[in-house]
Amino acid sequence: MLEFTILVPAVINGLLTGSIYALIALGLTLIYGVLHIINFAHGALLMLSLFGVYFLHSLAGIDPYVALLILVPAMFALGYGLQRTVIAHASHGKDENVLLVTLGIALIIENLALFFWRSDTRTIDVPYAFDVIDVGFAFLSVPRVAAFGAAFVVAGLLWVLMTRSDLGRAIRAVAKERHGARVVGIDVDHIFAMSYGIGTACVAAAACLLLPTFYVTPQVGNAFVLIAFTVVVLGGMGSFTGALVGGLLIGVVESLGGLFLGETLGQIGIFLVFIAVLLFRPTGLFGDRA
Amino acid sequence: MLEVSGLRAGYGEVEVLREVDMDLGGGEIVAVLGSNGVGKTTLNNNLCGIYRPFAGSVRFAGEKITGRPAHKIVAAGLVQVPEGRRIFPNLTVHENLELGSYRRGRANRDSTLERVFTTFPRLRERMTQRAGTLSGGEQQMLAIGRGLMAEPVLLILDEPSLGLSPLLVEEMFALIGEISRQGIAILLVEQNVVQSLEIAHRAYILEQGRIVLSGTAGELLQNSDLKRAYLGI
Ligand SMILES: Nc1ncnc2c1ncn2[C@@H]1O[C@H](COP(=O)(O)OP(=O)(O)OP(=O)(O)O)[C@@H](O)[C@H]1O
Ligand SMILES: [Mg+2]
Repeated sequence: MLEFTILVPAVINGLLTGSIYALIALGLTLIYGVLHIINFAHGALLMLSLFGVYFLHSLAGIDPYVALLILVPAMFALGYGLQRTVIAHASHGKDENVLLVTLGIALIIENLALFFWRSDTRTIDVPYAFDVIDVGFAFLSVPRVAAFGAAFVVAGLLWVLMTRSDLGRAIRAVAKERHGARVVGIDVDHIFAMSYGIGTACVAAAACLLLPTFYVTPQVGNAFVLIAFTVVVLGGMGSFTGALVGGLLIGVVESLGGLFLGETLGQIGIFLVFIAVLLFRPTGLFGDRA
Repeated sequence: MLEVSGLRAGYGEVEVLREVDMDLGGGEIVAVLGSNGVGKTTLNNNLCGIYRPFAGSVRFAGEKITGRPAHKIVAAGLVQVPEGRRIFPNLTVHENLELGSYRRGRANRDSTLERVFTTFPRLRERMTQRAGTLSGGEQQMLAIGRGLMAEPVLLILDEPSLGLSPLLVEEMFALIGEISRQGIAILLVEQNVVQSLEIAHRAYILEQGRIVLSGTAGELLQNSDLKRAYLGI
Protein backbone atom coordinates (compact mmCIF):
# COMPACT_ATOMS: atom_id res chain seq x y z
CA MET A 1 0.00 0.00 0.00
CA LEU A 2 1.47 3.27 -1.11
CA GLU A 3 1.33 6.08 1.26
CA PHE A 4 -0.68 9.20 0.69
CA THR A 5 2.44 11.25 1.37
CA ILE A 6 4.15 9.76 -1.65
CA LEU A 7 1.22 9.51 -3.99
CA VAL A 8 -0.08 13.06 -3.63
CA PRO A 9 3.24 14.79 -4.31
CA ALA A 10 3.75 12.51 -7.31
CA VAL A 11 0.39 13.51 -8.75
CA ILE A 12 1.07 17.18 -8.10
CA ASN A 13 4.50 16.98 -9.68
CA GLY A 14 2.93 15.24 -12.64
CA LEU A 15 0.46 18.09 -13.04
CA LEU A 16 3.29 20.63 -12.87
CA THR A 17 5.25 18.87 -15.61
CA GLY A 18 2.05 18.24 -17.51
CA SER A 19 1.33 21.95 -17.79
CA ILE A 20 4.52 22.35 -19.84
CA TYR A 21 3.55 19.41 -22.03
CA ALA A 22 0.15 21.03 -22.47
CA LEU A 23 1.71 24.30 -23.59
CA ILE A 24 3.90 22.57 -26.18
CA ALA A 25 0.96 20.45 -27.31
CA LEU A 26 -1.27 23.54 -27.66
CA GLY A 27 1.11 24.89 -30.28
CA LEU A 28 1.29 21.55 -32.03
CA THR A 29 -2.48 21.08 -32.06
CA LEU A 30 -3.07 24.62 -33.33
CA ILE A 31 -0.71 24.06 -36.25
CA TYR A 32 -2.28 20.68 -36.92
CA GLY A 33 -5.80 22.08 -36.81
CA VAL A 34 -5.10 24.80 -39.36
CA LEU A 35 -2.41 23.38 -41.63
CA HIS A 36 -3.45 19.73 -41.25
CA ILE A 37 0.12 18.62 -40.66
CA ILE A 38 2.20 17.38 -37.78
CA ASN A 39 4.82 20.05 -37.34
CA PHE A 40 8.02 18.01 -37.16
CA ALA A 41 9.99 21.20 -36.53
CA HIS A 42 8.20 21.70 -33.20
CA GLY A 43 10.91 20.01 -31.12
CA ALA A 44 13.72 21.82 -32.90
CA LEU A 45 11.97 25.15 -32.34
CA LEU A 46 11.63 24.30 -28.66
CA MET A 47 15.33 23.52 -28.50
CA LEU A 48 16.16 26.75 -30.28
CA SER A 49 14.01 28.66 -27.78
CA LEU A 50 15.75 26.92 -24.87
CA PHE A 51 19.10 28.01 -26.27
CA GLY A 52 17.63 31.48 -26.61
CA VAL A 53 16.73 31.51 -22.92
CA TYR A 54 20.15 30.07 -22.08
CA PHE A 55 22.12 32.69 -24.01
CA LEU A 56 19.94 35.59 -22.92
CA HIS A 57 20.71 34.54 -19.36
CA SER A 58 24.37 33.63 -19.65
CA LEU A 59 25.43 36.43 -22.00
CA ALA A 60 23.09 39.26 -21.07
CA GLY A 61 22.03 38.25 -17.57
CA ILE A 62 18.36 38.29 -18.51
CA ASP A 63 16.09 36.30 -16.21
CA PRO A 64 14.12 33.52 -17.99
CA TYR A 65 10.80 35.06 -17.00
CA VAL A 66 11.86 38.42 -18.40
CA ALA A 67 13.06 36.55 -21.48
CA LEU A 68 9.40 35.67 -22.14
CA LEU A 69 8.91 39.24 -23.32
CA ILE A 70 11.72 38.88 -25.85
CA LEU A 71 11.54 35.27 -26.95
CA VAL A 72 7.79 34.89 -27.37
CA PRO A 73 7.56 37.71 -29.95
CA ALA A 74 10.89 36.70 -31.53
CA MET A 75 9.88 33.06 -31.98
CA PHE A 76 6.44 34.15 -33.19
CA ALA A 77 8.17 36.21 -35.88
CA LEU A 78 10.48 33.33 -36.78
CA GLY A 79 7.49 30.96 -37.07
CA TYR A 80 5.53 33.45 -39.14
CA GLY A 81 8.49 33.98 -41.44
CA LEU A 82 9.24 30.26 -41.78
CA GLN A 83 5.69 29.52 -42.87
CA ARG A 84 5.42 32.53 -45.14
CA THR A 85 8.72 31.90 -46.91
CA VAL A 86 10.16 28.40 -46.66
CA ILE A 87 7.14 26.21 -45.91
CA ALA A 88 4.55 27.91 -48.12
CA HIS A 89 6.92 28.09 -51.08
CA ALA A 90 8.26 24.58 -50.85
CA SER A 91 4.87 22.97 -50.28
CA HIS A 92 3.09 24.01 -53.49
CA GLY A 93 -0.14 23.74 -51.54
CA LYS A 94 0.26 20.01 -50.81
CA ASP A 95 -0.11 18.90 -47.20
CA GLU A 96 2.34 15.97 -47.59
CA ASN A 97 5.02 18.37 -48.78
CA VAL A 98 4.48 20.64 -45.80
CA LEU A 99 5.14 17.68 -43.57
CA LEU A 100 8.45 16.95 -45.27
CA VAL A 101 9.47 20.58 -45.24
CA THR A 102 8.97 20.80 -41.47
CA LEU A 103 11.04 17.64 -41.10
CA GLY A 104 13.77 19.28 -43.17
CA ILE A 105 13.66 22.42 -41.05
CA ALA A 106 14.00 20.28 -37.92
CA LEU A 107 17.07 18.51 -39.30
CA ILE A 108 18.73 21.74 -40.32
CA ILE A 109 18.11 23.51 -37.01
CA GLU A 110 19.28 20.49 -35.00
CA ASN A 111 22.45 20.00 -36.98
CA LEU A 112 23.32 23.67 -36.90
CA ALA A 113 22.83 23.58 -33.15
CA LEU A 114 25.11 20.55 -32.87
CA PHE A 115 27.69 22.28 -35.01
CA PHE A 116 27.71 25.56 -33.10
CA TRP A 117 26.92 24.48 -29.57
CA ARG A 118 28.09 20.84 -29.47
CA SER A 119 26.07 18.27 -27.62
CA ASP A 120 26.98 19.60 -24.17
CA THR A 121 24.24 19.73 -21.59
CA ARG A 122 23.76 23.29 -20.37
CA THR A 123 21.85 24.70 -17.44
CA ILE A 124 21.39 28.15 -16.03
CA ASP A 125 21.81 29.27 -12.44
CA VAL A 126 18.93 31.25 -11.11
CA PRO A 127 18.71 32.13 -7.40
CA TYR A 128 15.20 30.68 -7.05
CA ALA A 129 15.95 27.35 -8.80
CA PHE A 130 15.69 25.32 -5.61
CA ASP A 131 13.12 27.39 -3.72
CA VAL A 132 10.24 25.33 -2.41
CA ILE A 133 6.96 26.07 -0.78
CA ASP A 134 5.56 23.83 1.91
CA VAL A 135 1.89 23.15 1.31
CA GLY A 136 1.58 20.79 4.26
CA PHE A 137 1.48 17.48 2.49
CA ALA A 138 4.22 18.24 -0.02
CA PHE A 139 7.09 20.56 -0.86
CA LEU A 140 6.59 22.18 -4.24
CA SER A 141 9.28 23.70 -6.41
CA VAL A 142 8.59 27.42 -6.78
CA PRO A 143 9.73 27.76 -10.42
CA ARG A 144 7.64 24.74 -11.39
CA VAL A 145 4.55 26.11 -9.68
CA ALA A 146 5.21 29.41 -11.47
CA ALA A 147 5.46 27.50 -14.76
CA PHE A 148 2.14 25.80 -14.02
CA GLY A 149 0.40 29.09 -13.38
CA ALA A 150 1.99 30.76 -16.38
CA ALA A 151 1.04 27.87 -18.67
CA PHE A 152 -2.59 28.37 -17.68
CA VAL A 153 -2.37 32.10 -18.24
CA VAL A 154 -0.99 31.47 -21.74
CA ALA A 155 -3.71 28.89 -22.44
CA GLY A 156 -6.32 31.38 -21.21
CA LEU A 157 -4.96 34.14 -23.43
CA LEU A 158 -4.99 31.75 -26.36
CA TRP A 159 -8.60 30.84 -25.63
CA VAL A 160 -9.61 34.51 -25.54
CA LEU A 161 -7.77 35.11 -28.80
CA MET A 162 -9.44 32.16 -30.52
CA THR A 163 -12.99 32.92 -29.38
CA ARG A 164 -13.12 36.68 -28.98
CA SER A 165 -11.10 38.14 -31.84
CA ASP A 166 -11.54 38.25 -35.59
CA LEU A 167 -8.08 36.73 -35.93
CA GLY A 168 -9.10 33.75 -33.80
CA ARG A 169 -12.38 33.30 -35.64
CA ALA A 170 -10.51 33.49 -38.93
CA ILE A 171 -8.03 30.85 -37.75
CA ARG A 172 -10.89 28.52 -36.83
CA ALA A 173 -12.64 29.29 -40.11
CA VAL A 174 -9.55 28.49 -42.18
CA ALA A 175 -9.10 25.25 -40.21
CA LYS A 176 -12.37 23.85 -41.52
CA GLU A 177 -13.32 25.75 -44.65
CA ARG A 178 -10.51 27.34 -46.65
CA HIS A 179 -12.58 28.20 -49.68
CA GLY A 180 -15.26 29.84 -47.56
CA ALA A 181 -12.52 31.80 -45.82
CA ARG A 182 -11.17 33.13 -49.12
CA VAL A 183 -14.68 34.12 -50.09
CA VAL A 184 -15.10 36.41 -47.08
CA GLY A 185 -11.73 38.00 -47.80
CA ILE A 186 -9.56 36.18 -45.29
CA ASP A 187 -5.96 36.12 -46.52
CA VAL A 188 -5.47 32.39 -46.02
CA ASP A 189 -1.67 32.48 -46.42
CA HIS A 190 -1.48 35.11 -43.70
CA ILE A 191 -3.65 33.00 -41.39
CA PHE A 192 -1.45 29.94 -42.02
CA ALA A 193 1.59 31.97 -41.04
CA MET A 194 -0.14 33.47 -37.98
CA SER A 195 -1.07 29.97 -36.82
CA TYR A 196 2.45 28.69 -37.30
CA GLY A 197 3.77 31.79 -35.54
CA ILE A 198 1.43 31.41 -32.57
CA GLY A 199 2.25 27.70 -32.35
CA THR A 200 5.94 28.58 -32.26
CA ALA A 201 5.31 31.29 -29.67
CA CYS A 202 3.73 28.65 -27.40
CA VAL A 203 6.94 26.67 -27.60
CA ALA A 204 8.97 29.77 -26.76
CA ALA A 205 6.82 30.37 -23.69
CA ALA A 206 7.31 26.74 -22.65
CA ALA A 207 11.09 27.13 -23.02
CA CYS A 208 11.21 30.18 -20.73
CA LEU A 209 9.17 28.37 -18.09
CA LEU A 210 11.15 25.17 -18.44
CA LEU A 211 14.80 26.20 -18.32
CA PRO A 212 14.99 27.37 -14.69
CA THR A 213 14.52 23.72 -13.67
CA PHE A 214 15.72 21.94 -16.80
CA TYR A 215 18.63 21.76 -19.22
CA VAL A 216 19.24 22.24 -22.91
CA THR A 217 21.09 20.15 -25.49
CA PRO A 218 20.64 20.15 -29.28
CA GLN A 219 18.56 16.95 -29.00
CA VAL A 220 16.38 18.03 -26.09
CA GLY A 221 13.38 18.78 -28.30
CA ASN A 222 12.85 15.22 -29.48
CA ALA A 223 11.60 13.77 -26.23
CA PHE A 224 9.22 16.68 -25.79
CA VAL A 225 7.80 16.55 -29.25
CA LEU A 226 7.10 12.84 -28.92
CA ILE A 227 5.21 13.46 -25.70
CA ALA A 228 3.44 16.49 -27.18
CA PHE A 229 2.35 14.39 -30.14
CA THR A 230 0.99 11.78 -27.75
CA VAL A 231 -0.88 14.52 -25.92
CA VAL A 232 -2.38 15.85 -29.13
CA VAL A 233 -3.60 12.41 -30.21
CA LEU A 234 -4.84 11.69 -26.70
CA GLY A 235 -6.73 14.96 -26.45
CA GLY A 236 -8.02 14.84 -30.02
CA MET A 237 -6.16 16.26 -33.00
CA GLY A 238 -6.81 19.98 -33.22
CA SER A 239 -8.61 20.27 -29.86
CA PHE A 240 -7.43 22.93 -27.42
CA THR A 241 -9.22 21.51 -24.41
CA GLY A 242 -7.81 18.15 -25.40
CA ALA A 243 -4.25 19.47 -25.46
CA LEU A 244 -4.68 21.02 -22.02
CA VAL A 245 -6.31 18.04 -20.34
CA GLY A 246 -4.14 15.57 -22.26
CA GLY A 247 -0.96 17.38 -21.22
CA LEU A 248 -1.86 17.28 -17.54
CA LEU A 249 -2.94 13.66 -17.81
CA ILE A 250 0.28 12.59 -19.49
CA GLY A 251 2.27 14.49 -16.86
CA VAL A 252 0.52 12.57 -14.09
CA VAL A 253 0.82 9.23 -15.89
CA GLU A 254 4.53 9.79 -16.38
CA SER A 255 5.02 10.77 -12.77
CA LEU A 256 3.07 7.81 -11.40
CA GLY A 257 4.79 5.50 -13.88
CA GLY A 258 8.11 6.71 -12.52
CA LEU A 259 6.90 6.04 -8.99
CA PHE A 260 5.71 2.49 -9.64
CA LEU A 261 8.06 1.34 -12.38
CA GLY A 262 11.14 3.44 -11.70
CA GLU A 263 12.49 6.45 -13.55
CA THR A 264 13.70 4.60 -16.63
CA LEU A 265 10.48 2.69 -17.26
CA GLY A 266 8.20 5.53 -16.24
CA GLN A 267 7.49 6.66 -19.78
CA ILE A 268 6.07 3.26 -20.69
CA GLY A 269 2.89 4.36 -18.94
CA ILE A 270 2.52 7.19 -21.46
CA PHE A 271 2.62 4.83 -24.40
CA LEU A 272 0.24 2.38 -22.75
CA VAL A 273 -2.26 5.20 -22.36
CA PHE A 274 -1.59 6.23 -25.94
CA ILE A 275 -2.29 2.75 -27.28
CA ALA A 276 -5.38 2.39 -25.12
CA VAL A 277 -6.77 5.65 -26.50
CA LEU A 278 -6.09 4.61 -30.07
CA LEU A 279 -7.87 1.33 -29.43
CA PHE A 280 -10.93 2.58 -27.58
CA ARG A 281 -11.32 6.18 -28.67
CA PRO A 282 -9.34 6.80 -31.86
CA THR A 283 -10.56 10.39 -32.18
CA GLY A 284 -9.08 11.25 -28.79
CA LEU A 285 -10.76 12.49 -25.62
CA PHE A 286 -12.06 15.76 -27.08
CA GLY A 287 -11.75 15.15 -30.82
CA ASP A 288 -14.62 15.56 -33.27
CA ARG A 289 -16.11 12.21 -33.99
CA ALA A 290 -15.57 11.56 -37.67
CA MET B 1 -19.44 48.55 -62.90
CA LEU B 2 -18.11 45.15 -63.98
CA GLU B 3 -16.49 44.75 -67.39
CA VAL B 4 -15.05 41.42 -68.44
CA SER B 5 -13.23 41.16 -71.72
CA GLY B 6 -11.50 38.30 -73.45
CA LEU B 7 -11.45 36.26 -70.27
CA ARG B 8 -9.74 32.88 -70.60
CA ALA B 9 -9.46 30.66 -67.58
CA GLY B 10 -9.29 27.05 -66.48
CA TYR B 11 -7.34 24.57 -64.43
CA GLY B 12 -3.74 23.67 -65.21
CA GLU B 13 -3.63 22.89 -68.92
CA VAL B 14 -7.37 22.70 -69.33
CA GLU B 15 -9.07 25.80 -70.65
CA VAL B 16 -12.64 26.07 -69.41
CA LEU B 17 -13.54 29.65 -70.30
CA ARG B 18 -12.73 30.76 -73.84
CA GLU B 19 -12.93 34.49 -74.49
CA VAL B 20 -15.77 35.54 -72.25
CA ASP B 21 -16.98 39.13 -72.62
CA MET B 22 -19.66 40.55 -70.39
CA ASP B 23 -20.61 43.60 -68.42
CA LEU B 24 -22.89 44.66 -65.64
CA GLY B 25 -24.03 48.10 -64.56
CA GLY B 26 -24.98 49.55 -61.16
CA GLY B 27 -28.41 48.48 -59.91
CA GLU B 28 -28.68 45.62 -62.39
CA ILE B 29 -29.50 41.98 -61.85
CA VAL B 30 -27.63 40.07 -64.53
CA ALA B 31 -27.97 36.31 -64.84
CA VAL B 32 -25.36 33.88 -66.14
CA LEU B 33 -27.21 30.76 -67.21
CA GLY B 34 -25.99 27.40 -68.38
CA SER B 35 -26.20 23.72 -67.60
CA ASN B 36 -23.79 21.62 -65.53
CA GLY B 37 -20.10 21.97 -66.19
CA VAL B 38 -20.20 24.83 -68.69
CA GLY B 39 -17.93 26.96 -66.53
CA LYS B 40 -20.25 29.16 -64.45
CA THR B 41 -18.46 28.57 -61.17
CA THR B 42 -15.12 28.86 -62.91
CA LEU B 43 -16.17 32.28 -64.20
CA ASN B 44 -17.31 33.38 -60.78
CA ASN B 45 -14.10 32.25 -59.04
CA ASN B 46 -11.95 33.98 -61.62
CA LEU B 47 -13.85 37.22 -61.15
CA CYS B 48 -13.37 36.94 -57.38
CA GLY B 49 -9.64 36.24 -57.49
CA ILE B 50 -9.89 32.70 -56.12
CA TYR B 51 -8.18 31.66 -59.36
CA ARG B 52 -5.99 33.66 -61.72
CA PRO B 53 -7.33 33.99 -65.26
CA PHE B 54 -5.05 32.82 -68.11
CA ALA B 55 -5.76 35.94 -70.14
CA GLY B 56 -8.18 38.80 -70.53
CA SER B 57 -9.19 41.54 -68.15
CA VAL B 58 -11.67 42.15 -65.39
CA ARG B 59 -12.49 45.70 -64.44
CA PHE B 60 -14.53 46.49 -61.37
CA ALA B 61 -15.66 49.96 -60.30
CA GLY B 62 -13.27 51.53 -62.78
CA GLU B 63 -10.22 49.56 -61.68
CA LYS B 64 -8.48 46.63 -63.26
CA ILE B 65 -8.69 43.78 -60.75
CA THR B 66 -7.39 40.95 -62.93
CA GLY B 67 -5.03 38.71 -60.98
CA ARG B 68 -5.53 40.47 -57.65
CA PRO B 69 -5.79 38.18 -54.63
CA ALA B 70 -9.30 37.36 -53.40
CA HIS B 71 -9.08 39.41 -50.22
CA LYS B 72 -8.25 42.59 -52.15
CA ILE B 73 -11.22 41.99 -54.43
CA VAL B 74 -13.52 41.55 -51.44
CA ALA B 75 -12.12 44.78 -50.03
CA ALA B 76 -13.15 46.51 -53.26
CA GLY B 77 -16.75 45.35 -52.74
CA LEU B 78 -17.03 42.37 -55.09
CA VAL B 79 -18.34 39.59 -52.88
CA GLN B 80 -19.58 36.13 -53.74
CA VAL B 81 -21.95 33.70 -52.08
CA PRO B 82 -20.25 30.53 -53.25
CA GLU B 83 -21.67 27.38 -54.70
CA GLY B 84 -22.27 24.86 -51.94
CA ARG B 85 -22.59 27.66 -49.33
CA ARG B 86 -19.14 27.16 -47.79
CA ILE B 87 -20.20 28.42 -44.38
CA PHE B 88 -17.91 27.70 -41.42
CA PRO B 89 -19.46 24.58 -39.87
CA ASN B 90 -17.46 24.75 -36.63
CA LEU B 91 -18.39 28.37 -35.91
CA THR B 92 -21.70 29.66 -34.60
CA VAL B 93 -24.17 31.43 -36.85
CA HIS B 94 -23.23 34.70 -35.17
CA GLU B 95 -19.50 34.11 -35.72
CA ASN B 96 -20.11 33.23 -39.37
CA LEU B 97 -21.88 36.53 -39.86
CA GLU B 98 -19.17 38.43 -38.01
CA LEU B 99 -16.55 36.97 -40.33
CA GLY B 100 -18.64 38.20 -43.26
CA SER B 101 -17.35 41.64 -42.34
CA TYR B 102 -13.78 40.46 -41.72
CA ARG B 103 -12.35 42.34 -44.67
CA ARG B 104 -14.99 44.91 -45.42
CA GLY B 105 -17.86 46.61 -43.61
CA ARG B 106 -16.38 46.06 -40.15
CA ALA B 107 -17.16 49.60 -39.00
CA ASN B 108 -20.88 49.00 -39.50
CA ARG B 109 -20.84 45.41 -38.29
CA ASP B 110 -23.54 45.82 -35.65
CA SER B 111 -26.00 47.72 -37.81
CA THR B 112 -25.52 45.42 -40.81
CA LEU B 113 -25.99 42.43 -38.51
CA GLU B 114 -29.27 43.91 -37.36
CA ARG B 115 -30.38 44.31 -41.00
CA VAL B 116 -29.41 40.74 -41.84
CA PHE B 117 -31.37 39.48 -38.84
CA THR B 118 -34.38 41.50 -39.99
CA THR B 119 -34.13 39.89 -43.41
CA PHE B 120 -33.57 36.42 -41.96
CA PRO B 121 -35.33 36.19 -38.58
CA ARG B 122 -34.48 32.48 -38.57
CA LEU B 123 -30.80 33.29 -38.24
CA ARG B 124 -31.42 35.41 -35.16
CA GLU B 125 -33.18 32.49 -33.50
CA ARG B 126 -30.22 30.22 -34.32
CA MET B 127 -27.53 32.76 -33.44
CA THR B 128 -25.57 30.55 -31.03
CA GLN B 129 -26.04 27.31 -32.95
CA ARG B 130 -23.11 25.77 -34.79
CA ALA B 131 -23.56 26.53 -38.46
CA GLY B 132 -22.81 22.95 -39.47
CA THR B 133 -25.99 21.81 -37.74
CA LEU B 134 -28.29 24.16 -39.68
CA SER B 135 -30.68 22.78 -42.30
CA GLY B 136 -29.73 23.21 -45.94
CA GLY B 137 -32.11 26.12 -46.39
CA GLU B 138 -30.86 27.82 -43.26
CA GLN B 139 -27.28 27.35 -44.43
CA GLN B 140 -28.13 29.07 -47.70
CA MET B 141 -29.65 31.99 -45.76
CA LEU B 142 -26.51 32.14 -43.65
CA ALA B 143 -24.29 32.13 -46.73
CA ILE B 144 -26.23 35.04 -48.19
CA GLY B 145 -26.32 36.84 -44.85
CA ARG B 146 -22.57 36.41 -44.54
CA GLY B 147 -22.14 37.89 -48.02
CA LEU B 148 -24.32 40.89 -47.11
CA MET B 149 -22.22 41.55 -44.00
CA ALA B 150 -19.43 42.79 -46.28
CA GLU B 151 -21.69 45.57 -47.59
CA PRO B 152 -21.09 44.40 -51.15
CA VAL B 153 -21.24 46.71 -54.14
CA LEU B 154 -21.71 43.68 -56.38
CA LEU B 155 -22.92 40.36 -55.01
CA ILE B 156 -22.35 37.19 -57.01
CA LEU B 157 -24.77 34.41 -56.12
CA ASP B 158 -23.69 30.97 -57.36
CA GLU B 159 -26.74 28.71 -57.69
CA PRO B 160 -28.54 30.01 -54.61
CA SER B 161 -31.57 27.86 -55.37
CA LEU B 162 -29.63 24.60 -55.45
CA GLY B 163 -31.05 22.00 -53.09
CA LEU B 164 -33.96 24.10 -51.90
CA SER B 165 -37.61 23.02 -51.96
CA PRO B 166 -39.78 24.71 -54.65
CA LEU B 167 -41.36 26.95 -52.04
CA LEU B 168 -37.99 28.06 -50.70
CA VAL B 169 -36.73 28.63 -54.24
CA GLU B 170 -39.65 30.99 -54.76
CA GLU B 171 -38.70 32.83 -51.56
CA MET B 172 -35.05 32.92 -52.58
CA PHE B 173 -35.79 34.66 -55.86
CA ALA B 174 -38.05 37.16 -54.10
CA LEU B 175 -35.22 37.85 -51.68
CA ILE B 176 -32.75 38.46 -54.50
CA GLY B 177 -35.11 41.12 -55.83
CA GLU B 178 -35.20 42.67 -52.37
CA ILE B 179 -31.40 42.76 -52.09
CA SER B 180 -31.23 44.40 -55.48
CA ARG B 181 -33.66 47.11 -54.34
CA GLN B 182 -31.24 47.90 -51.50
CA GLY B 183 -28.91 49.17 -54.22
CA ILE B 184 -26.64 46.13 -54.53
CA ALA B 185 -25.83 44.98 -58.06
CA ILE B 186 -26.31 41.25 -58.53
CA LEU B 187 -24.70 38.67 -60.76
CA LEU B 188 -26.90 35.62 -60.55
CA VAL B 189 -25.31 32.35 -61.63
CA GLU B 190 -28.07 29.82 -62.15
CA GLN B 191 -29.40 26.78 -63.97
CA ASN B 192 -32.94 27.74 -63.16
CA VAL B 193 -33.59 29.59 -66.42
CA VAL B 194 -37.22 30.62 -66.13
CA GLN B 195 -37.17 31.93 -62.61
CA SER B 196 -33.85 33.69 -63.15
CA LEU B 197 -35.13 35.46 -66.24
CA GLU B 198 -38.19 36.58 -64.31
CA ILE B 199 -36.12 38.66 -61.91
CA ALA B 200 -33.04 39.47 -64.01
CA HIS B 201 -32.77 42.54 -66.21
CA ARG B 202 -30.33 40.89 -68.60
CA ALA B 203 -28.71 37.51 -69.02
CA TYR B 204 -25.83 35.69 -70.65
CA ILE B 205 -26.12 32.11 -71.77
CA LEU B 206 -22.92 30.14 -71.27
CA GLU B 207 -22.18 26.97 -73.23
CA GLN B 208 -18.87 25.13 -73.07
CA GLY B 209 -17.02 28.17 -71.83
CA ARG B 210 -18.43 30.61 -74.37
CA ILE B 211 -21.24 33.12 -74.23
CA VAL B 212 -23.56 31.91 -76.97
CA LEU B 213 -26.45 34.25 -76.36
CA SER B 214 -27.12 37.42 -74.43
CA GLY B 215 -29.79 40.06 -74.16
CA THR B 216 -32.50 41.46 -71.96
CA ALA B 217 -34.56 38.98 -70.01
CA GLY B 218 -37.60 39.77 -72.15
CA GLU B 219 -35.74 39.09 -75.40
CA LEU B 220 -34.31 35.84 -74.14
CA LEU B 221 -37.64 34.56 -72.91
CA GLN B 222 -38.91 34.95 -76.49
CA ASN B 223 -35.82 33.37 -78.09
CA SER B 224 -36.72 30.15 -79.86
CA ASP B 225 -33.24 28.56 -79.58
CA LEU B 226 -33.25 29.11 -75.85
CA LYS B 227 -36.76 27.74 -75.54
CA ARG B 228 -35.72 24.60 -77.36
CA ALA B 229 -32.49 24.12 -75.47
CA TYR B 230 -33.52 24.92 -71.92
CA LEU B 231 -37.25 24.94 -71.66
CA GLY B 232 -38.05 21.99 -73.89
CA ILE B 233 -40.69 23.92 -75.79
N1 LIG C 1 -10.73 22.60 -59.35
C1 LIG C 1 -10.88 22.10 -60.60
N2 LIG C 1 -9.86 21.44 -61.19
C2 LIG C 1 -9.98 20.94 -62.44
N3 LIG C 1 -11.09 21.04 -63.18
C3 LIG C 1 -12.14 21.69 -62.66
C4 LIG C 1 -12.09 22.25 -61.34
N4 LIG C 1 -13.28 22.82 -61.08
C5 LIG C 1 -14.04 22.63 -62.17
N5 LIG C 1 -13.37 21.97 -63.13
C6 LIG C 1 -13.87 21.60 -64.46
O1 LIG C 1 -14.21 22.78 -65.15
C7 LIG C 1 -15.41 22.63 -65.87
C8 LIG C 1 -16.39 23.72 -65.49
O2 LIG C 1 -16.74 23.55 -64.12
P1 LIG C 1 -17.62 24.59 -63.34
O3 LIG C 1 -17.61 24.19 -61.92
O4 LIG C 1 -17.18 25.95 -63.68
O5 LIG C 1 -19.05 24.32 -63.97
P2 LIG C 1 -20.45 24.94 -63.59
O6 LIG C 1 -20.96 25.61 -64.81
O7 LIG C 1 -20.36 25.77 -62.39
O8 LIG C 1 -21.32 23.65 -63.32
P3 LIG C 1 -22.45 23.36 -62.20
O9 LIG C 1 -23.70 23.97 -62.70
O10 LIG C 1 -22.54 21.88 -62.18
O11 LIG C 1 -21.98 23.94 -60.95
C9 LIG C 1 -15.90 21.24 -65.60
O12 LIG C 1 -15.55 20.42 -66.68
C10 LIG C 1 -15.15 20.82 -64.34
O13 LIG C 1 -14.90 19.43 -64.35
MG1 LIG D 1 -21.10 25.63 -60.53
